[in-house]
Amino acid sequence: MSAETLFGLAAAALCAIGIYGLMVGRGALARLIAFNLLGGGVFVLFGVVARRGAGAGFGGDPVPQALVITGIVVAFSATALGAALVERLAQLRAKGGAPSEEPEADT
Amino acid sequence: MSGGALPGLPPADMLLVLAVILPLFGLLPLLLLGSRLAERLTLLVLAAGLAVALGIGAEVAAAGQAATAFIGGWRPPLGVGLRADGLSAVMLVMTAVVLCATGLYAMTGPATPRAAGERMPTAFWMLLLCVWSALNLVFVAEDLFTLYVALELLTFAAVPLVCLDGKEGQIEAALRYLVFALFGSVLYLLGTVLIYALYGTLDIILAARRASVSPGLVVALAAMTAGMMAKAALFPLHLWLPPAHSGAPPAASAMLSAVVIKAPIFLLVRFWLDLAPESLAVKVGPILAGLGAAAILMCSLVALAQHRLKLLIAYSTAAQIGYLFLMFPLAAAASAWSALAWTGGALHLASHAFSKAAMFMAAGLIAEAVGHDRIKGLTGLGRALPVSVAAFGLGGLSLMGLPPAGGFVAKVMLLSAAVHLGNWWIALVILIGGLLAGGYVLRVVVPALQRPAAPLALRPVAGWREWVALALALVAVGLGFVPLEPSAYLAIGRPASWAEGAP
Amino acid sequence: MSLAFDALLCLLALLAALRAVAAGEGFSRVAAFMAYGLILGLVWVRLAAVDVALTEVAVGSGVTGLVLLRAVARDDAPAPLAAGLAYRLLAGVVALLVFAGLAAVVLLLPEPAPSLAPEVARHLPATDLGNPITAVLIVFRALDTLLETVVLLLALIGVWALSPDRTWAGRPAVLLPAPWSGALEFLARLVVPVGVLVGLYMFWAGADVPGGAFQGGAVLAAMALMAIAAGLLPRPVLARRRLRALLLAGPFGFLLVGVLGWVFADAFLAYPPGVEKAVIILVEAAITLSIAVTLALLVLGPPVAEETE
Repeated sequence: MSAETLFGLAAAALCAIGIYGLMVGRGALARLIAFNLLGGGVFVLFGVVARRGAGAGFGGDPVPQALVITGIVVAFSATALGAALVERLAQLRAKGGAPSEEPEADT
Repeated sequence: MSGGALPGLPPADMLLVLAVILPLFGLLPLLLLGSRLAERLTLLVLAAGLAVALGIGAEVAAAGQAATAFIGGWRPPLGVGLRADGLSAVMLVMTAVVLCATGLYAMTGPATPRAAGERMPTAFWMLLLCVWSALNLVFVAEDLFTLYVALELLTFAAVPLVCLDGKEGQIEAALRYLVFALFGSVLYLLGTVLIYALYGTLDIILAARRASVSPGLVVALAAMTAGMMAKAALFPLHLWLPPAHSGAPPAASAMLSAVVIKAPIFLLVRFWLDLAPESLAVKVGPILAGLGAAAILMCSLVALAQHRLKLLIAYSTAAQIGYLFLMFPLAAAASAWSALAWTGGALHLASHAFSKAAMFMAAGLIAEAVGHDRIKGLTGLGRALPVSVAAFGLGGLSLMGLPPAGGFVAKVMLLSAAVHLGNWWIALVILIGGLLAGGYVLRVVVPALQRPAAPLALRPVAGWREWVALALALVAVGLGFVPLEPSAYLAIGRPASWAEGAP
Repeated sequence: MSLAFDALLCLLALLAALRAVAAGEGFSRVAAFMAYGLILGLVWVRLAAVDVALTEVAVGSGVTGLVLLRAVARDDAPAPLAAGLAYRLLAGVVALLVFAGLAAVVLLLPEPAPSLAPEVARHLPATDLGNPITAVLIVFRALDTLLETVVLLLALIGVWALSPDRTWAGRPAVLLPAPWSGALEFLARLVVPVGVLVGLYMFWAGADVPGGAFQGGAVLAAMALMAIAAGLLPRPVLARRRLRALLLAGPFGFLLVGVLGWVFADAFLAYPPGVEKAVIILVEAAITLSIAVTLALLVLGPPVAEETE
C-alpha cells in the first residue's frame, strides 16, 4: 500500500469518527470538537489528493494545499463563534435564565 | 472585459464583482463611525447594491447570455470565475429587493431614542451587509471552493442575527443552527474535495463537462446534497429552523426565512441540474421530491397546531421549501414540460421570498403593537392594524396558491408539469399542501377580521414600516401576472447552451 | 520503514480523535484534540505540505485549542444525558457507512491523479513569487483569501454581538485567570520579542519559502496573547478606533488593491505589471497584521462588564 492510500484511509476513518461524535456528542462543546475532528479528516483527504497530484517540481498540487490553509482558518472562525455562544449560554443559565441587562421586548 | 454592455452601465464583469464587494464597504463606517451616521450610509450602500443587481439583470437580458468575470484575469481551472445566468440574475434582484426593504423596515426613525445602546443597530447592519455579500457570491460563483467560503460567510452572518436580542432561548437556537450549518458546510467541502480528486477542477462548468457517473461522483454529490439539506432545513433535518427563525428580531427573521434559506436550495439546483449527469439526476430527483413532500405535509400540519404567530410562520417556511424540492424530478426529466416546472420552481422561490418577508415583518409589527404574538389574542386586529394584517393576509394568499398571487401561478406550473409527466403523487401533494396552507393562514386572518370582544390596547408602530411589509406582499401578488409559460429569461445561460462559451 | 512511521502516525491520530469524542471531562477532551492537531501537523509534513503543517499547528491545534479551553473553563453547565444505546448504535452504523463510502472512493481514485500543479508551475514566473502556495492564495485565487479575511472579521463581529449592550465598547475578560508569577512574566519578556521576530520572518519569507500571512499572523497573535496574559500589554478596549483600523487594514487593504486592479491592470484583483511582488508583499503585510489582531481578539472573546479604571 502506498503512503497516500494509507493516509487516505486514515482520513476516511477520521471523518467517520467526527460524524459519530457530531451525532452522539453531549452538549454543544462536544459537537464543536467533533466538527473540528471531521474537518481535520476532510482536510487530510484534500492533502492526499494534493500529494497524489505531485508534479512539475512540486511535492504536491499547490492548489488544494492552499485551499486547506483557507479551510483551517475558516474552521477556527467557526469554533470561535461557537465557543462564544456556549459561554454566553452558560452565563445566562447561571443567572437563572433571567437576564437583567437585556432590553425586554416580547417578540 | 466582456462585451455586450448597455450604454451608460459599467461592464457586466465589473457589476458581478461589485455585487459581491459593494456590501462589504458598508462595514467601514459601521466600525469606525457612530451608528446613526453609519446607518444612513448603509442605506446608501443598500440603494447602490440594488442598482448593481438591476444592472446585472438588464445586461443579462440585453446580451441574451450569461455575464461572466474572471478574478484577477485568471481563468478556470487555475483561477476563479463568476457567472450570472438568468436564474442567478433573478436571485440577485430578488435578494436586493428583499434586503433593501428589510433595511427600510429596520431603520430607526429620527425620533427613536437609542435606549439599547450602540450594539444592536451596529451589529445588525454589519450582519445584514455580510449576508448580502455572501448571498450574491452564492448566486454568481462558479467555483466550488469559493462557494464554500460564501456559505461560511453566510453562516457566520446569519447565526448572530438569530440571537441579537441576547435571550437564552435565542442563543440556544443560534447554537443549534450553527452546529447544523457547520455540519452542512463540512459535508459540502467533503464533496468538493472528491470532485477535485476526480476531475482536477473546482469550476462547476468544467467539472460538468468531465463528469460521468462513477462511485466517487455519487459519494461526492451525496455528501454535498446532505450538507445542503441540513442548511436548507429539509425534513427531517428541519428541527433547527423554527426556533431560530421565530426567535430572531423580526427584520432578521424576514431575512433568514425569505432569502438566506434559499442559498442552499439554489446550490442544490446547481448540483443536480448543472453539475450532475442527467442520468443520475433523473434517479435522485424522486428521492428529493419525496423528502419535499414529507416536509410539506408534516410541517404544514405542525404549523396548524402552533399557538404563536412567529412559530407558525417559521413552520410554514419549513413546509414551503418542500415545494422547491418537488421541482427536481420534474425539471431533470428531458421533456418539454420540464422547462415549465423549472419556471414554476423559480417563481415559487421568488414569490415565497417576498411573501415570507412580508409576513414576518407584519408579525413583528403586530407583536410590537399588541405586546405578544399569541394567535388567540389577535381577534379583531384587522380594524386596529389594517395595513399589517393586509400584508400578512396577502402574503398568505400567495402561500395558499390562490389567484392572482405569484404562488398560484408557480403552483399551476408545477402542477401541470407533474400531471403531464405522469407524477400524480406530486400533483396530489401540491393540492393538499395548498389546503393546509389555507388552514394555517386563515386561522390567523379570519379571527383578525372579526369584531374584537374587548377593544385592543395597542402601542403605536411606525406607519411606514407597515407599508414596507405591504409593499413586499404586493410584489408577491404581482408576480402572479407573469405569463403562464416557460420563461425565456430563466433559460439564459442554462446548461444546454454551455457548449458555446467554452474557454 | 517510512510506511511503518506513517502507519504509526495514522494510528496516533485515530487514537487522539477517539479520545476526543469519548466521554470524559471537557479539559481532557480538548487536550486530546490539541494532540490530534499536532499529530496532523506531522501528517502534513509527510504529505509534503509544510505550509499546511505550520497552519495546522498554529491555528488548527494551537489557537483553536486555546478557544476551546476558554470555553470549557467558562461553561460549567452539567453535561446533558448521554444519548440512548439505540441512537448510538445508529450513529455507529452511519459512521461505518461513511467510512466504507470514503474508503471505497480513496481506493478507486483515478490514475494518474488530475492536478493543477503544471498550471501553477507555468504561471508562477508571472507572479514573481517563489512559494507556489502563496501564489495560489494571493494571486490565482485571491478572491477566496480576501473573503477569508472577511470571514475572520465577521466571526469577531459575531462574537462581539454576543456581549450585553452596556459592555459593547468594553474590554474582553481575563483569559484563563491563572496566577501569573514573576517568573512567568520574566519568561514572557524573553519569549515575546523572539516570537514576534519569528512571526515577522514567517510572513516575510512566505513569498518564497513555506510560511505566509496566516502562519505569521497566528504566531504574532500568540505573542500578543502571552504579553497580555503576563501583564506586559493592557487588555484592549474594543471600541478604540485605532484597534478597529488594525482589524480593517487587511481585508480593506486587499479590497483596495483589488479595486485598483481595474485601474492599473485589467481586472479586479489583478496586480499592476512590473510591481506585482512589491504590491503583493504590502497586501501580505496588511493581512498579517489584521490576522494577528483578529485571532488574538477572537481568543480573548466578547467584551465583558467591569469596573471602569
